[in-house]
Amino acid sequence: MSGIPHDHYEPKTGAEKWLHSRLPIVSLIYSTLMIPTPKNLNWWWIWGIVLAFCLVLQIATGVVLVMHYTPHVDLAFASIEHIMRDVNGGHMLRYIHMNGASLFFFAVYIHMFRGLFYGSYKAPREITWIVGMIIFLLMMATGFMGYVLPWGQMSFWGATVITGLFGAIPFIGEPIQTWLLGGPAVDNATLNRFFSLHYLLPFVIAALVIVHVWAFHTTGNNNPTGVEVRRGSKEEAEKDTLPFWPYFVIKDLVGLAIVLVVFFAIVGFMPNYFGHPDNYIEANPLATPAHIVPEWYFLPFYAILRAFTADVWVVMFASWITGGIIDAKFFGVLAMFGAIAVMAIVPWLDTSRVRSGRFRPMFKWWFYLLIIDFIVLMWCGAMPAEPPYSTISLIGSTYWFAYFLVILPLLGVIEKPTTPPATIEEDFDAHYGKPAE
Amino acid sequence: MLKKLSIAAIAALSFSAGGAMAAGGESHIHDVDFSFEGPFGAFDQNQLQRGLQVYTEVCAACHGMRYVPLRTLADEGGPHLPEDQVRAFAAQYDIYDEELEDDRPRTPADFFPEGGDPNAPDLSLMAKARAGFHGPQGTGMNQLFKGMGGPEYITSILTGYTGEEKEEAGTTFYENTAFPGGWIAMAPPLYGEDVEYADGHSNSIHHEAEDVSAFLMWAAEPHMMARKQAGFVGVLLLTLLASLLYLTNKKLWAPIKGKELDL
Repeated sequence: MSGIPHDHYEPKTGAEKWLHSRLPIVSLIYSTLMIPTPKNLNWWWIWGIVLAFCLVLQIATGVVLVMHYTPHVDLAFASIEHIMRDVNGGHMLRYIHMNGASLFFFAVYIHMFRGLFYGSYKAPREITWIVGMIIFLLMMATGFMGYVLPWGQMSFWGATVITGLFGAIPFIGEPIQTWLLGGPAVDNATLNRFFSLHYLLPFVIAALVIVHVWAFHTTGNNNPTGVEVRRGSKEEAEKDTLPFWPYFVIKDLVGLAIVLVVFFAIVGFMPNYFGHPDNYIEANPLATPAHIVPEWYFLPFYAILRAFTADVWVVMFASWITGGIIDAKFFGVLAMFGAIAVMAIVPWLDTSRVRSGRFRPMFKWWFYLLIIDFIVLMWCGAMPAEPPYSTISLIGSTYWFAYFLVILPLLGVIEKPTTPPATIEEDFDAHYGKPAE
Repeated sequence: MLKKLSIAAIAALSFSAGGAMAAGGESHIHDVDFSFEGPFGAFDQNQLQRGLQVYTEVCAACHGMRYVPLRTLADEGGPHLPEDQVRAFAAQYDIYDEELEDDRPRTPADFFPEGGDPNAPDLSLMAKARAGFHGPQGTGMNQLFKGMGGPEYITSILTGYTGEEKEEAGTTFYENTAFPGGWIAMAPPLYGEDVEYADGHSNSIHHEAEDVSAFLMWAAEPHMMARKQAGFVGVLLLTLLASLLYLTNKKLWAPIKGKELDL
């Protein structure tokens, strides 16, 4: 599967040959597990395994939760209480599923920022990056719909606000919103379709994860130096790489186990930390909560959504030039989806020929600022939409777009990168010394 | 919410995190040292039984607990009443039975009655539906040791009346230092010595309020002790697994990294 020269599975016994000529599944597993992996991968590379684990965890706990959950506006909240009180281990299953979503997003954000720093999105790994971004979008849709299912106050009002975003699309917005909701407002039809899709999308994600892995198994992993594995011969490649099994499987499992220690501490000792108390009040269409706050993992994008109010000059300009078709609300929606879109097309925005941020002295600082920006936006998203938070959100949103649309294209031209090592072996030996032959 | 986490990060980055307190800043919630706080906290069975008494004799006049099955009063890790007491307790409430087409006394298989007053919210989950504190610095990290402050919120409401009242649009409001906005429609339910505890425990207003808050915490989270135990076992075993994997990994990579390992 990989373009890196490596050993292949050879069927030896009669039975193996019989199977191999009909279904080369052992060969597929062998190639996948034994894929040559750059030996200098650092600990930022463990989050892929954490994410794979999260997907399995969420599907496994979710399938059991569904056995006891009732997707109906009159029964959903009570069925969650039934799970929490009466189902054997139900409270643990639900708390793991709830916090599993948080772990999933925590891991995906680190995974994405790792890719952004080490230039993992750059040629030839654009497809891996794009597929990853589609997975991220599906995760957001799945997470959002999952949060609606307990039918608490935040479920209901979050669903109302977020689906309302589609209503902001000019001309066709309202029919689209009605179509999404299955009626004029969030109601039983909405709950049912969200439930259906919440069950469906994880399997679509699982399929895309296979494509994601397939893509980077074809190009080979990126690594902290951004230097490609030598492919001239098998001997040369073996100096730069180690097989995934056992070296990286064991290393990734160390990382996963440590992450899970923290995860279980949260599930066991503070399971409602990432939740909102209002979601323990049954949905009531007649009582609006004081603050409608989405789940923490949506907050940076929620802040961008709210940052562009009618008194911001770009919004006024957009409104004037389109004759009022793009109003502040629609502009906000465009900005929110645009913030993800600019990230998706980053392979074509970054003009630098050096892949890894490790060898880009100017890029580094802009990247660290982007991380701070992300955290600041997250904080603003949780705050009320009033000064000073609205101003900070606007600055933060501007930087987000500037990073992708202005800074990355410019840096490639003006920055003078330092020289990366010639080979991965050189980088590895510089850290650990040359092994005794 | 990561609101809390990100505020922590920002505070750490020495941005000014002042004024970052969460909504309803004016309400005053005082901390209570409940027995069930922290990773090893456990419910005090006697306190839960006293709280049940306060709930039954005072709160239940208006409020209900529609999600709490009566049988769970016998559960370990809860009030742990003997079966016959649960049956007697259940039987004092009637329920309309569709098969009998008539009222009958409740059995342990039924739920607590719903509240009689439509303005009195259901108390099944109240201790989880209110967050009393968000500190330090709005991070909420003290949840690990103190919980979310739901029971503290309830205690503070019950003991936070100043004695002032006002009438607006035909409704009487009572000033309360814990309630967001300062004025609550619920008349002061406790004055102290409202119930007579069988175990002779003090029935001052503070003790009654704390007892019923503890009981409502159990009602909202009946498996809290089982959860903490599972969390503890999980953390312990995973730490062990992580250590073993760490050593395996070290040994595995030692020859690659040119290190001598004496294990």
